[in-house]
Amino acid sequence: MQAITLNGLTKVYGKEKTVAVNKVSFSVEQGELFGLIGPDGAGKTSVFRMLTTVLLPDGGSATVNGFDVVKDYKQIRNSVGYMPGKFSLYPDLSIEENLNFFATVFNTTVEENYHLIRDIYVQIEPFKKRRAGKLSGGMKQKLALCCALIHKPTVLFLDEPTTGVDPVSRKEFWEMLKRLKAQNITIIVSTPYMDEAALCDRIALMQDGKILSIDTPANIVSNYPDQLFAVKADHMYALLESAARYEKRINSYAFGEYAHVAVPAGGDLEAGAAALRSSLENAGLKGVEVYPTMPTIEDCFIKLTVDRPAQALN
Amino acid sequence: MNHDPASNKKEISIKADQLTKRYGDFIAANALSFEVYKGEIFGFLGANGAGKTTAMRMLCGLSTPSSGSATIAGFDVYKQTEQIKKNIGYMSQKFSLYEDLTVLENIRFYGGIYGLPRKELKEKSTALIDRLGLQGEANKLVASLPLGWKQKLAFSVAVLHQPQIVFLDEPTGGVDPVTRRQFWDLIYQAADQGVTIFVTTHYMDEAEYCNRISIMVDGRIAALDTPHRLKEQFQVGSMDEVFYQLAREAKRVEV
Repeated sequence: MQAITLNGLTKVYGKEKTVAVNKVSFSVEQGELFGLIGPDGAGKTSVFRMLTTVLLPDGGSATVNGFDVVKDYKQIRNSVGYMPGKFSLYPDLSIEENLNFFATVFNTTVEENYHLIRDIYVQIEPFKKRRAGKLSGGMKQKLALCCALIHKPTVLFLDEPTTGVDPVSRKEFWEMLKRLKAQNITIIVSTPYMDEAALCDRIALMQDGKILSIDTPANIVSNYPDQLFAVKADHMYALLESAARYEKRINSYAFGEYAHVAVPAGGDLEAGAAALRSSLENAGLKGVEVYPTMPTIEDCFIKLTVDRPAQALN
Repeated sequence: MNHDPASNKKEISIKADQLTKRYGDFIAANALSFEVYKGEIFGFLGANGAGKTTAMRMLCGLSTPSSGSATIAGFDVYKQTEQIKKNIGYMSQKFSLYEDLTVLENIRFYGGIYGLPRKELKEKSTALIDRLGLQGEANKLVASLPLGWKQKLAFSVAVLHQPQIVFLDEPTGGVDPVTRRQFWDLIYQAADQGVTIFVTTHYMDEAEYCNRISIMVDGRIAALDTPHRLKEQFQVGSMDEVFYQLAREAKRVEV
């Protein structure tokens, strides 16, 4: 059973007819952890808002739990949890009061579904009398997740839950998501962090309102068409400049402590590495090291956007 | 690997000595001591709530320390906050440009605030717009620009008055991978021209682009070195793992 389906879903804003979501189609299986990956302005939030029935589509259709997002919005609102990217709990209510409020609105009690939120709630419970507006970012995020879960939704929408959150807290958050997935809750999560993509069952890479690719993270990586080398040298900036002039280069860019250089696939790996090394050494670089490397989701995203150079510049 | 223009001359740009900020019983920044050299790209990392913002506010002359001392471009953080503000640039992801002003108006506004003479400002505006390839957008509202262009423009505006130091607070959050790299090209260029870069980020691959980085845990600087030596010290392969090892030791409950 498919928990979510989108069929040509489209959203257009304003007098200038900006197409925020451009005929997007995909589906999410029940119990799946699905990632919508893309930078700010890709259209992720508009997709979430249409699926959670707070925004009307301008074209196409979508269903959640088999219900239509336009006609059956009441049923959808009863069965989904939504954590918007912008903090939207009541700042003047305490942690405890916010949670009770959301439970009551959905005709349930905190006790009834406490098992779903226990792991998360115990971390903020010592401050349960504190007003939500006075909480730190990390605690607001945990409270918002509790409030989105308290009516035991079958589908959970998380819009950029980890944006601006440090790497340790991000890791903890993804551990929480894995435990929720084990309870058979379908989760669709958006993020601008490419490294989080690998933690999803399947991902959709999105930019400029369009889906660039949908697959498992492993398949997206294995479909990367070029040969990628990781390169080190004494001077990163000089290395990037020299790599940009390498004759076989398809693309090159900084990647952490390395530069990544993409060349056409096929041909002997060692010979390819040796040719690249000598080219860089001839350009005057010292301490050059070249290794073949596996692409990451970020490399794939760059490849997909650079193939469309006009948008990549934006 | 470490592109380190500062290694030869070591002219000190930022110097903090036992710099501390207390809020009641709570020590937000605890005896911070470090030096940043001219032209260096210095990464300032730490978990949410570790004290980065508190420290940055003191260094920018916006918040008076409780104890300790610091000089920014040679100016004292207690007595010379106005001189500090004239000699630094600041940009963050959250606040950078006025959305309701055009590209040109933003440049003129910031240039005016920093007291650039009218003639110089005019020349600089034109040069900046040409360099960023924004000729067609100069009279458009900033709100209508894609995020990547906004960020690049914001950085260029932050260094328009040729500050000695520029503070960048999570400048690339939410920006796509291609634009993120173009943004770092601007940082490298500025550093090559001798501008000191003090930058916070949650992207650990960006930590690798810094000459040196410090990692704050519970209000203290828990580690400070080149990315290469930090990875050696912690015997791990990536900055992500260095950060994780340090930050998971944090005792402070983020409140």
